[in-house]
Amino acid sequence: MDNNRRTFLKIAGISAALGLSGGIPLSLQAYTPADVEYVPTKGQITGKRWGMVIDTRKFTKPEDFQRVIEACHQTHNVPDIQGNEEIKWIWTDHFEQVFPSSSNPYLAERYEQQDFLLLCNHCNNPPCVRVCPTKATFQRADGIIMMDFHRCIGCRYCMAGCPYGSRSFNFSDPKPYVQNLNPDFPARMRGVVEKCTFCAARLEQGQMPACVEASNGGLIFGDLSDPDSEIRKVLRENFTVRRKVELGTNPCVFYIV
Amino acid sequence: MYDSGKILTGLIIFLLLITFPFWYNLGQASYEPPDLVLPEDSQQCIEPTQWMRTNHMELLNTWRDMSVREGLTTFVSTSGESMEISLQKTCMDCHTDKVNFCDECHNKAAVSPYCWDCHIAPEEVANGQ
Ligand code: SF4
Ligand code: SF4
Ligand code: SF4
Repeated sequence: MDNNRRTFLKIAGISAALGLSGGIPLSLQAYTPADVEYVPTKGQITGKRWGMVIDTRKFTKPEDFQRVIEACHQTHNVPDIQGNEEIKWIWTDHFEQVFPSSSNPYLAERYEQQDFLLLCNHCNNPPCVRVCPTKATFQRADGIIMMDFHRCIGCRYCMAGCPYGSRSFNFSDPKPYVQNLNPDFPARMRGVVEKCTFCAARLEQGQMPACVEASNGGLIFGDLSDPDSEIRKVLRENFTVRRKVELGTNPCVFYIV
Repeated sequence: MYDSGKILTGLIIFLLLITFPFWYNLGQASYEPPDLVLPEDSQQCIEPTQWMRTNHMELLNTWRDMSVREGLTTFVSTSGESMEISLQKTCMDCHTDKVNFCDECHNKAAVSPYCWDCHIAPEEVANGQ
């Protein structure tokens, strides 16, 4: 009896081992060939903490704003929808809206009349990331607050969490509202939230953000962690302000006023 | 035995129901792979055809995560060739005929992936849509 049981266990063990060695590598093979690799693209622009300076002195005429906004919205297939279903990645507003805590009743006329450029601040301490239940919004190591449009379930927690109104929700299919679809970048579908990605896709191809390229020096993009970078030089030499710092989100978009 | 008739009838109905897919398919034509319009100017996909046929969805899933979430935007295939991870710029650059390539199989297999809700197929661009 004992002997029989022992023989049985032996055979079972051997066949299990055979089954394993024959089966697992095969099924793995079915998924990924062993020697493919995923690597960063050559010539990628990398940084440790991306930030942007907006030189508001260089944005005086409506064309200055228009050029920059169009560059972004054209590159990223941002639909042109009027009214309260508007989608925006980079847009403008008046001083009291942009800097509500810094405005006073006797503001210099220049500020009262001028528009200011707005975009996602790519906060160091982003509430939108904290509240997103699916991690569709996440923070990359280089500070970019990314959207994974594939994963967004449209719950809009991030919109409630963002104190800067940097996000837009697609109430309907945005594709019909995109003039000249750019085939190199996807569009979005109904029920997804979108926002500026600091042009992560362009940086990976070795290009600067589209708005920066179109700004004629009005926007300076760079690595805040590098003391020798151009953006740090600009920040050293100019007085800058940020939006709603008192909220503790630590925004990385700076304004020279 | 009480109710043996009812039990037997019940069992027979149950057996008929769970084997329905088998006898329903009896005599039906077997699955024929559709005729696909293959790219003209390239002989070979990024990985062997048979492997791509079985695994392209796994590959695309990994591509998406690598590119969107990890920032690794270049794929090096088993043959050592490097290419940009991009549905639009790499896949559709060869497979320019979505209707006669992607859709053929997907329709036949009754799967509707939602890639094209956002990604832009070549003919949409051609139509200036
Ligand atoms: S500006 Fe808003 S959306 Fe952008 S990182 Fe900050 S909280 Fe998030
Ligand atoms: S709407 Fe999308 S991105 Fe925003 S919190 Fe919900 S899942 Fe995250
Ligand atoms: S950084 Fe890129 S995505 Fe963000 S506003 Fe500028 S162009 Fe648009």
